[in-house]
Parts: sequence; structure tokens; C-alpha cells
Amino acid sequence: MTGDPASSDTPWLDQGAEPLIKIRGVTKKFGDFTAVNNVDLDIFQGELFCLLGGSGCGKSTLLRMLSGFETTSTGTISIDGIDMSNVPPYERPTNMMFQSYALFPHMTVEKNVAFGLKQDKIPAAQVAERVDDILKLVELQDYHKRKPHQLSGGQKQRVALARALVKQPKVLLLDEPLAALDKKLREQTQFELMNIQEKVGITFIVVTHDQEEAMTLSSRIAVMDEGEFVQIGTPTEIYEFPETRFVAGFIGSANMFEGRVVEDGPDHVRVMTDLGEIYIDHGQSVREGNRVWVAIRPEKIHLSKEPPTEPGPNQAIGMVDDIGYLGNTSIYKIKLENDRIIDVTAPNQIRPKTRTHRITWEEKVYLHWDASSAVLLNK
Amino acid sequence: MYGRRSRFLTFMLGAGLAFLYVPMIMLVIYSFNYSKIVPVWGGWSLRWYESLFKSEDVWNAVVLSLKIAVVNATFATLLGTLAGLAMVRFGKFRGRTLFGGMLVAPLVMPEVITGLSLLVLFITLKKLIGWPEDRGFTTITIAHITFSLAYVAVIIQSRLTGMGETLEEAALDLGAKPFRVLTDITLPRLAPGMVAGWLLAFTLSLDDLVIASFVTGPGANTLPILIFSRIRLGLRPDINALATIIILVVATGVAIAAFIMYRQQKQFQRDMQIAFQEEK
Repeated sequence: MTGDPASSDTPWLDQGAEPLIKIRGVTKKFGDFTAVNNVDLDIFQGELFCLLGGSGCGKSTLLRMLSGFETTSTGTISIDGIDMSNVPPYERPTNMMFQSYALFPHMTVEKNVAFGLKQDKIPAAQVAERVDDILKLVELQDYHKRKPHQLSGGQKQRVALARALVKQPKVLLLDEPLAALDKKLREQTQFELMNIQEKVGITFIVVTHDQEEAMTLSSRIAVMDEGEFVQIGTPTEIYEFPETRFVAGFIGSANMFEGRVVEDGPDHVRVMTDLGEIYIDHGQSVREGNRVWVAIRPEKIHLSKEPPTEPGPNQAIGMVDDIGYLGNTSIYKIKLENDRIIDVTAPNQIRPKTRTHRITWEEKVYLHWDASSAVLLNK
Repeated sequence: MYGRRSRFLTFMLGAGLAFLYVPMIMLVIYSFNYSKIVPVWGGWSLRWYESLFKSEDVWNAVVLSLKIAVVNATFATLLGTLAGLAMVRFGKFRGRTLFGGMLVAPLVMPEVITGLSLLVLFITLKKLIGWPEDRGFTTITIAHITFSLAYVAVIIQSRLTGMGETLEEAALDLGAKPFRVLTDITLPRLAPGMVAGWLLAFTLSLDDLVIASFVTGPGANTLPILIFSRIRLGLRPDINALATIIILVVATGVAIAAFIMYRQQKQFQRDMQIAFQEEK
């Protein structure tokens, strides 16, 4: 929409790019409790940025500081080059979509959406036109005169989105935008939300606790824990290269092993763990002899009934302890020789006959994984 | 267990209802008694209603009571709402705890003390600045506002707390300045609470005997004062007639309110059902 030739799909990699939102050393304290602890963040024009974390991690507080409902204890937030410290919520170039939608119950859909425009003293004809346009965008053109209680959950959600978008803010803040919808509707709405964001070209900042939602929606994700960013990156970076045990465990599931570095080459690392020797083909700077953690995603381990042709690293032997059938995939709980149980998932490409899997309970299995599969964790 | 009503429960229900309503029914029946002596039945008659409508004292008292009740309810709602807003929406301010305590003090203060202290105040004021010249409408109204605004403030506070601040935040976020938020969002949402507060203040004022007795002056009789002073000289059939009319007015009011609420609820449920079905 902006048509700026300099803008790319990955503005955060562009050294010269000026971020739309600059968060610098922001801390928020409630009495003795530190909700947000000295965070820095740049968000660029056109991004769909997710703040992801469990409850009480500080993500909502950060969002409320962006919208102006909370003041920062220390640090500054600037939007489009303007320091927001002394700007009240009603003068900020942000609009928010609330988790509870916060539709005004005594106003019709039309009046709800027009409310923001009327505050700017925009002529009535123009207000009506913009309300029509935005209701068309969210496919509610026939609902002008309804009151909020006459709408279904999904319709309310779309009114809330329309009301927040109609003022064309520089930044749209969305607090758990899909949390109140049921699973099917949520999945469908995720894609609608992405389409709408692409059409209007407004920067979205989404707060969510749902890692799947964050993975689907975002250009980048900031994983938060205890008021701090644990890792910031694209969904792929976060999933494939988690930096810490928290991130590896929070986004998807991961088998994690503690081990000792036995070799640190320029393009590879060898670690001795419970699982045997793990060879990692991407170099990370560690020191030989150090204790480290290694994570391997369950779907990146292959199961086989046949022993490998030649011994080497990235292999293990175990016994099937339990199988969880999920339909599209199955989770195998594999008990290793040292009694440690690890998870392996495999797609059910062939229909298991009479619910018996190709590999079944109490069977001896051989595990192996690719040299690129394992990752070293920092903490 | 729940399907059959035991005899004991039926009896207790009957006894409870009788305890509440037999006195009123007696009063209504005796208001149609021809006899001048209340407990002696002398046949059906409307003569006490007739004498009631002819009595100027009674009409003056009714008008005075209603006037006081309306003015009181209006001012109490205004002030009580402002006090409630200050308590719940203004965050921390200097003296908030003191203000909150003083706001609810009239609720727990014995009426005799409230009445007496107000009387002392009015007398002192008259000596100092010559106002209020006579005790009557003005003094009773002021006295009623002081205690009924506390009730309104409590209602408004609880409603504000229950409403939460999200809607107001949403309005601020959409660019409405704080005063706009108050007029466009908070007050419309608060309206049912304000109506409830107004009605409560109205009723409290109509009901009050003790405080009004303290701060009234010669010639200004509210309805409760009039009834009480007449009863002191013995039970009187025309007061029964007056009481019957009051019961009738109150019962009609309650019935209408219940009917309107029932209809609104039904409509609301129907709307929600339609929305729910559309989703399918």
C-alpha cells in the first residue's frame, strides 16, 4: 500500500531502515513487582509483530504502554519519531482492539465504528462513507443497525477490528484478538486478519499466548518471559533455532539433553549427551569441555526397525514405551537404554490397520537424525 | 426431592406470606369500614375515602412530601453520581480515604443524631446569617439530600466497579477526550444505576419520619409526620384509607416496572438467540 521502494519484506535486516516504533530501556513497575524489565525493541512499518508469552510475562503491560493506558516507569517509547511519554491515549497514533472487544453496548455497529471518526470532527458524509468501506472490508455491510448483543462472537470480533482500523492508525494494537473464538473460527480468522493487514498496510502488534497463532500470523515474534524478551526473530528462526531452553520448550515441544562439548570445529560441534554423541553441522561458538544443552524437535528424529548400516553419531537405540495417536501424526514415547524417555513424532502416511502402527508397543527401534536437526541452546 | 413439596414447607411458606401480608390486608379491609372505631366492624363504606379527599391537611402533606422527594432525589442523584465517579474513576487523590469514609457515614449514623445535628446547624445558621428563615420545605430537603446522596453514591460506586474501565479505555483510545468519554460512554452506561439511585432517594425521602420531624417547622407536615401525629391520638379510619391508596400506588408502580423489565429481558434473549443461530 505504501509503495515505498525501499521497504522490503525484512526491514529489520536493513541497517539503514528507520523503525516506526522505538522502545528504549522501558521498565514498568507496579509497586515492588516489575512487569516489564528494561526492554529494547524496534518495530518497522508494515510488520505484523507478535508479543508471545505466558500469562503475567508482561506482554499486555507493554501493549498498554504503547496505547498510553500505562505510563513507563523508566525508558521511552517513540512512534514515527515522536516521543510518546507525554502524549495521552486519545492523541496517540495508535488504536487498540481489546480482548473483550469493548464494543459500546448502547450504540449500533455503525455508531461504534463511527465513534472514533466523530472525535476528529470529520464531516458526517465522509464518516458514513468510511464506515461503509470498513464494514465492507470485514464483510459486515448488512449489519449497520445491529446492537452488539445482536451479534455472534465472530461478528463482534470483526466490528471491533473495523472500529480500530477505521481511523487508519499508524499502529494497530491487538490484545489476544482471537482468544474468544472457538478453534475452527480462530484458524479461519487468522488468515482473514493477515489478508486485512496486507490490504490496509498498517503495522499490527499482536499480543498472544497462543504459539500457533503467533507462528501463523507474524512477520516477527518476540518471546517474553518475566518481563523480558527471551528471543526476537521470525517464526522460522524461533522454531528452528531457539536460543534458550525456555523458547525451545515454549514454542512447540523439544527433547533437551545436557551434555559436554567434545569438539568445536569451525563449521560443526560435537556434544556427548544421554542420547549418545550428537553432531551438529552448524558452528556455534562454544568451548570444548563446556556443559551445554542441546534440543532436537520430535519430528526431526526418524524411527526405524532396521539397525543403521554403519555406526556413527546422531544414532540411538530405544524401546517404544507408548504411542499417542493424533490422527495426522502419532507421538511415540521412546525409552532409551538409560531409561530416559524422549518424544518422536511421525506422520501417519499409511492408515494404521486396526489402529496398530507399523512400529508398535514394546518394539526395539533405531533412532537417527540429521546433522542439521539439533541446536545448541545458550541457557 | 424437589418435585414434591412437603407439608411442612407448604405450611412455612403460608406462614411467611401471612406474616408479611395479613397486616396490610387487614388495613385495606378496615379502610372500607363504616364504623368510626377501627376494630369494630360496621359494614362496607367509602366514607373515609370521601373525608380523606376533602381534608386539605392530607393533600398539603402529600404535595409537600412529593415535592421534597422529587427535589431530593434529583439533587442526591447528581451529587451521589459525582461522588461515586470521584471515588472509583479518579484514582488516588489526597484525602480519598477520608472522603470515602465521610461519604458512607450517613448510612451508619443513627437518624436521631443526623436529625438533631442538622437542626442545630439550621438554628445556628439562622442566628448567624438569617437563613433559613423558616424550617420546612428547604430544611427538610437539604436534610434528605445529605443522607440519600450516600445511598446513591454507594449504588453508583458498585455499578462503576462492576462495569470495569475497558469501555472507557476504548473510547479514549479512539480519540475521545476525558469529558467526551464521561458524557458519551460512562453516563449512558451508568443510567440504570442513576435511575435506581433516584428511585431509592425518592423512596427514602417519602419514608422518612425521624429526620423530617427534627428539621421541620410549624405548619410544614410531610405525609409521615401527618400520619404519625394523627395516629398518636388513636387509630383513625381515614388514615387506613390513606394507607390503602399508598399501597395501591406502590403496587402498581412495582408491577409496571416488573413488566417492563420482563419484556426487555425477553427481547434481549430473542436477539441473542437470533445472532447465535446466524452463526451456524
